[in-house]
Amino acid sequence: MRTQLAATLFSLLAGVSSASLASAAEIAVEAGEGASERLIEALITVKPGDTVKIGPGLYELTEGLSLDVDDVRVVGAGAGQTVLSFKGQTGAGEGLLVTSDRVVLEDFAVEDSKGDGVKSKGSDQITFRNLSVTWSGGPKAENGAYGVYPVSSKNVLIDGVLVSGASDAGIYVGQSDNIVVRNSRAEYNVAGIEIENSTRADVHKNTVTHNTGGILVFDLPNLPVQGGHDIRVFDNDVVDNDTANFAPKGNIVAIVPKGMGIMVMANRNVHVFGNRLSGNGTTHVLINAYPNDYDDDNYMFVPRGVYVHGNTYGEGGGAPDGEVGKTISDVSGIPVPDIVWDGVTRIPEYFSWVAAQDKIYIDEAEGTTFANLKMISQMLLPWSTAPDTNISAYKGSLPEPAPVKLPQDGGA
Amino acid sequence: MWRNPLTGLPRRPPLPLERGEETPPALRAVRDLLLALVFTLGGLASAHAVSADAILAESPPKLLSAFGFFTDARTQAPADGVVPFALNTPLFSDYALKFRFVHVPAGQAASYDDAEAFEFPVGTALIKTFAFPADLRKPTENVRLIETRVLLRNATGWHASAYVWNEGQTDAELKIAGARVAIETVSPDGAPLAFTYAVPNKNQCKGCHAFNGEIVPLGPKARNLNGDFAYAGGAANQLAHWSAAGILAGAPEPSAAPAAPDWTDTSASVNDRARAWLDVNCAHCHRREGPASNSGLYLTYSEGDPVALGIRKRPVSAGRGAGDRAFDIDPGNPDGSILTYRVESTEAGIMMPELGRTQTDVRAVALLREWIEGLR
Repeated sequence: MRTQLAATLFSLLAGVSSASLASAAEIAVEAGEGASERLIEALITVKPGDTVKIGPGLYELTEGLSLDVDDVRVVGAGAGQTVLSFKGQTGAGEGLLVTSDRVVLEDFAVEDSKGDGVKSKGSDQITFRNLSVTWSGGPKAENGAYGVYPVSSKNVLIDGVLVSGASDAGIYVGQSDNIVVRNSRAEYNVAGIEIENSTRADVHKNTVTHNTGGILVFDLPNLPVQGGHDIRVFDNDVVDNDTANFAPKGNIVAIVPKGMGIMVMANRNVHVFGNRLSGNGTTHVLINAYPNDYDDDNYMFVPRGVYVHGNTYGEGGGAPDGEVGKTISDVSGIPVPDIVWDGVTRIPEYFSWVAAQDKIYIDEAEGTTFANLKMISQMLLPWSTAPDTNISAYKGSLPEPAPVKLPQDGGA
Repeated sequence: MWRNPLTGLPRRPPLPLERGEETPPALRAVRDLLLALVFTLGGLASAHAVSADAILAESPPKLLSAFGFFTDARTQAPADGVVPFALNTPLFSDYALKFRFVHVPAGQAASYDDAEAFEFPVGTALIKTFAFPADLRKPTENVRLIETRVLLRNATGWHASAYVWNEGQTDAELKIAGARVAIETVSPDGAPLAFTYAVPNKNQCKGCHAFNGEIVPLGPKARNLNGDFAYAGGAANQLAHWSAAGILAGAPEPSAAPAAPDWTDTSASVNDRARAWLDVNCAHCHRREGPASNSGLYLTYSEGDPVALGIRKRPVSAGRGAGDRAFDIDPGNPDGSILTYRVESTEAGIMMPELGRTQTDVRAVALLREWIEGLR
C-alpha cells in the first residue's frame, strides 16, 4: 500500500504522463464474430501491466497467437470454459508463443494445435497455470510435439496444467533454468514430463499416467545449452504408463519404450525420491547413457550423480517393450527389476574409479529390485555375462539441491 | 547484375506507363510534355515528400500514404530520398513480386557491416511491397499490389507494420492483426494457382525479424546487396551507389565486400547457391541469436560447424516435422534428410519456414536436393 501511494505521488510530482504509468487495464475479449482477430490484436496492443481476459466460449483460430509484451496476464474463464481451438490452423509452429518476461497464462484450454501447444522462448518468469493443452483425437503421430513448452527460459512455473496427446512430451522444459513443475497431470503423451538440457528443476506432486514414458530427465548433445543438473523429481504418481510409443521416428523420445516410469539420461545430480510408481511394464526407473553416436566435444553422455531413494514400487517390469526393453530384459530377465542402470562408464573411469559425486546411489526399501546391466559405452553390449543385482552395494547418498524458488511464486 | 527472379530480365520492374501501347505520335508528344511537367512538379514537391514525423511517431499512421514514400503509389515510383534496391537472393514468399526501398534521413548514413544488416540511423525506413501479377510468367503485366511492409527506426528501435492495399490500389491501410488475401494467378509452369496469401500480424513480423529478442532488418546485408541494380540513371553496384548517395558509410569497394550469389544463377556453385538460399530463407531464425537458437541448427552463410549446419545432426524438438528421418541433413541422401522434408511441406507444424509461405518453392527444393546429394 505504501509503495503504491509512493509510486502515485512520484508520478504526480514528476508529471509523468498517465499513459506510461497507467494502472493496469483489462482488455476483455469475448467469443463471437471476429473474436480471432480481436484476440490477436489484444495480444499485440496490450501494455505492460495489463490483463487480457478471454471470455468463455470456443475460439477457432487459423493463425498461431503470440505475445511479446512484458508483465502481461492472459486469463481465461477456466480450462473448461475458454477454449482456443487450432484445428483450422494454417501457419506458425505453435498455438500460442510467448517471447516476453513476467507473463502469466492462466485458466484456458488450447486444443489441436498443428505444432506445439503453448510455448515460451527466452522468457524470464513465465507461469503456466491451470491450462489444458490437448489433442482431441487422442494419441497420434500427427499431433503436435509438445503441449506446454518453455524453452531457453528462466524462472518457469508450471502449475495445475493438464496435457494430453502430445506426440513428444506433454510438459517439456528445454534449455531452461530454475523450474517448478507441480500439481499437473500428463496423460496419453509419448513422454509425460520431460526436463531436457535444463538446470535446477523441481518436479513434484504431478500425476503422470498412460503415457509411453512418465518423467524423463535428459541431456542431449549439439545444443546451445547443455550440461543439465540439479534436478529433483519427488512425490509424483507415475503409474500405468502403457501407451504405445507414437512419436515420429528420429526424435529422441521415439526410443522410449512403453511402460517406462522415470528415465534419467546423461544428466548431473538428479534426485528421484518419494515417488509412487506402479504399472510401468518396462521398468520403473532407468538410468542410462545417451545411446546414439554424436559429434560434440562438450557433451557428457553418461549420467553423473544420481540418487534414487524412498520411492514406492508396485507391480511393473512384466512387459518390457521395444528395442530398449529387449536390450534390458535380455540381460536382466523378466520381470525387469524396479530400477535399472545401464552401467555405462567412461573408459578412463572403467580402468580407475568414479568420483563420489558422480556415482549412482540407490537407497530403497527392502525388497526393491535392481540391476546394473554393466554395458560398455554406447555399444549396448554387456561387458559381463551377469548383471549386478546387489542393490545394497549402491547404498549412499548425495547432498540434495536446495528447493527451487521462483520470484513469481513468493521466492527470491 | 540484378535480374528479375521470374523473367531473368536484367532490369528494374517496369512501370505500367512504359508498357507498349498504340498512341498516335501527336498525342504521345502532348502526353510526354504533360508527364514531364508532372514529374518536374512532382520532383519539386517530393523534395520534402517523406514524412519524418510519420516514421518517428509512437504509433504508425493508419494509411501508408502518410509516409510519402511514393510519388505514385500504383507504380511504386519512389519519392526523393527513397532508394530502390534488390537482394542477390531474396526470401521466397509464395512467388510474390517484391519492390524494396530504403529511406535514410538526409545528411545521415547507415554504417557498413561485413556480416550483419547495416546499422541504420534513427529516422530510417525500409519499405517492401508485395505484389502478384495475373500470370507469374508475365511479371510486369496486370500487377496487383497486396501489401507494403515497413520497418521504421525510431529512438526505441525498429518497429514493423504491414499495410494492405485497397481495391482501387490508391492507398494501403494498417493491419495490426494481419490479413488474408485471396490470390489467383498462373504459376511459373503455366498452371492456375489460387491460394490464400497471409499478411503477417505485428508479432509475426518479429517471428523472423529478431536478433537476441530485438527487431532488426534482415535484407540489407553487404553480401546480399553486393550486386548491380538498374537505377533510373543506369546500372550500378548497389554498395557503390549507396556510398555515393551518402546513405552508407564505411563500405569498402564492392570487390572487397562479401557477396552471396543469386541462388538461381547456375554459374555459381551449387554449394554457394544452396547456402545463399538457406541464409536468406532460414537463418533469420536458425542462428545463434535467432528465434530458433534452441534448435542448435544454424544456417547462416558463414556457418562452419558441419553439425550446426545440420550434417548428421539429430532433431531435438522437431516432433512430426522430423518426418521419421534421423538427421537434419543426411549427406548424399536428400530423401533421408529432415531439411528437404520440411522445405517441401506446406502443412502447418511441419513446413519450414513456419511463416511467410503456403506454397512450396519447387526450384529451391530441387537445388537443396542437388546440394545434399553432393554432400559427403
